[in-house]
Amino acid sequence: MKLYELTIKKAHMLLKKKEISSQELTRAVLDRIDAVEEHVGAYITLDSEMALAQAKIADKEISRGNILPLTGIPLAIKDLMCTKGLRTTCASRILENFVPPYDATVVKKLKTQGAVIVGKANMDEFAMGSSNEHSAIKLTHNPWDLTRIPGGSSGGSAAAVAADMCIGSLGSDTGGSIRQPASHCGVVGMKPTYGRVSRFGLVAFASSLDQIGPLTKDVTDCAMLMNVISGYDSADSTSVPEDVPDYTSFLEDDLKGMVVGIPKEYSAAKGLDPDVSHAVKHAVEKIQAMGAGCVEVSLPHTEHAVAAYYVIAPSEASSNLARYDGVKYGYRDKNKKSLMEMYKSTRSRGFGPEVQRRIILGTYSLSAGYYDAYYGKASQVRTLIIEDFKNAFESCDVILSPVAPTPAFKIGEMVDDPLTMYLSDVFTLSANLAGIPGMSIPCGFSSKGLPIGLQMMAKHFEEGKLFKVSYNFEQATDFHKKKPNL
Amino acid sequence: MKITKEEVLYVANLARLDVDKVLIDKFAGQIGTILEYVDTLKSVDTQGVTPTSHAIFLTNAFREDDEKQSVDSDSALSNAPKKEDGNFIVPKVINS
Repeated sequence: MKLYELTIKKAHMLLKKKEISSQELTRAVLDRIDAVEEHVGAYITLDSEMALAQAKIADKEISRGNILPLTGIPLAIKDLMCTKGLRTTCASRILENFVPPYDATVVKKLKTQGAVIVGKANMDEFAMGSSNEHSAIKLTHNPWDLTRIPGGSSGGSAAAVAADMCIGSLGSDTGGSIRQPASHCGVVGMKPTYGRVSRFGLVAFASSLDQIGPLTKDVTDCAMLMNVISGYDSADSTSVPEDVPDYTSFLEDDLKGMVVGIPKEYSAAKGLDPDVSHAVKHAVEKIQAMGAGCVEVSLPHTEHAVAAYYVIAPSEASSNLARYDGVKYGYRDKNKKSLMEMYKSTRSRGFGPEVQRRIILGTYSLSAGYYDAYYGKASQVRTLIIEDFKNAFESCDVILSPVAPTPAFKIGEMVDDPLTMYLSDVFTLSANLAGIPGMSIPCGFSSKGLPIGLQMMAKHFEEGKLFKVSYNFEQATDFHKKKPNL
Repeated sequence: MKITKEEVLYVANLARLDVDKVLIDKFAGQIGTILEYVDTLKSVDTQGVTPTSHAIFLTNAFREDDEKQSVDSDSALSNAPKKEDGNFIVPKVINS
């Protein structure tokens, strides 16, 4: 096995036994990036010198017997989490040269563990998109088929894990932005409960929906990363002061007593690809065969989730993105003489079309005369969606569903059709509206050899149940072990 | 058309955007299609339903008012497009 193919857990064990050094591991990952980055395009910024310097420090610590689970492990960070001294662009022209003066809380936590940060992963601009085609910096290609999208918005993070260009990564999920690319790239991805992981230093898109989470090669690695990034942070007033369990303690071999729920509305969803439907059905049967009970549940407001989401998320975005005014940081059009002209020109040149479209949509939804009909109404429907989940979780522990209606689509296929692109988020965005945890794990391949993911959702703060079901499923299958040919 | 070109321009101005003339027709069409879809929300009975703006039950988040190190002025200004003597410089706001 090549060093860059290692999981976090295996790399940790080898580092601990001193069979490999972090510098060897980091070099192997950097060489792998050198070999495949021109085809995949997963990274916006690489800093190999800094990565090797961090690896050297990690090796010194390990030689003194100081090793934590992530010490010396090379990771990729989605380019919307602030990294002190390392450019953080959000894949936008407006932040193209932004160098944060501080670390996001999650980045600080990784650094405290002695993790090695290899670089910043590509994404859709300001995390707005499901394909990475809205990145203003570059295109990312799906490692399983380079003519296809990797998913989005954490497409760079997912592609980097799938192509072994890092050992694990962090992404963020506002409507499916971790789970959908994880599904399309055949890796594991988790969106934790809202408030589980600090958002301090995460560039805001929609503050009531955004959540940071891991993308990894297997379920164990996901639990290991969750152990490090979770927890209360006084710098984020929406982070929740709940104790964090050891997520690896849920990785045990027993599904007895567990009940999974299958939402009847999801199987009736329009445009569900037969390969996806088949793979998910097969996964549900497998989980039942391992001892879990299975019930049908109902989420009656599912058909309205996309509409509610595409009012709420752009509304919050239009407010959050007001800060980009060319004054304190980021791009400024210096040719304009008046302040108003400077604002308008800076924002129009700095933001790409999808971001401008969503700002206009959000501003419209919040504007006088339309507020009640759009933002107000959508916020009420959000309450109904939360109620749906509360009712469903009375009869089951974990809800199973597809992640995306189809496997990864072709680059350019949907770029001029935003509504169709939005509709493909139907299975994932309800979890963000409700604040519940969701996860995607590999559960099969399409007839064209493209990965398909299984989504699992649980009640607030019940990530442990997701780990239990996903770990058992993973033990009984080998989808996660398959690698793309690059 | 669900939203006119003029309405898009009006809202764009509120959002301090100067939408490209070439893009405006395309935007009006696309945003119109999205708004038509969003209108399906009207069919949901929400009589008496409390709106949700935050999915987790959290009320006031208090902490001790301790003195802490904050970002120093040089760091805060490090990304400024234009600065002078510890200040952000902007185009003249008030014309005499």
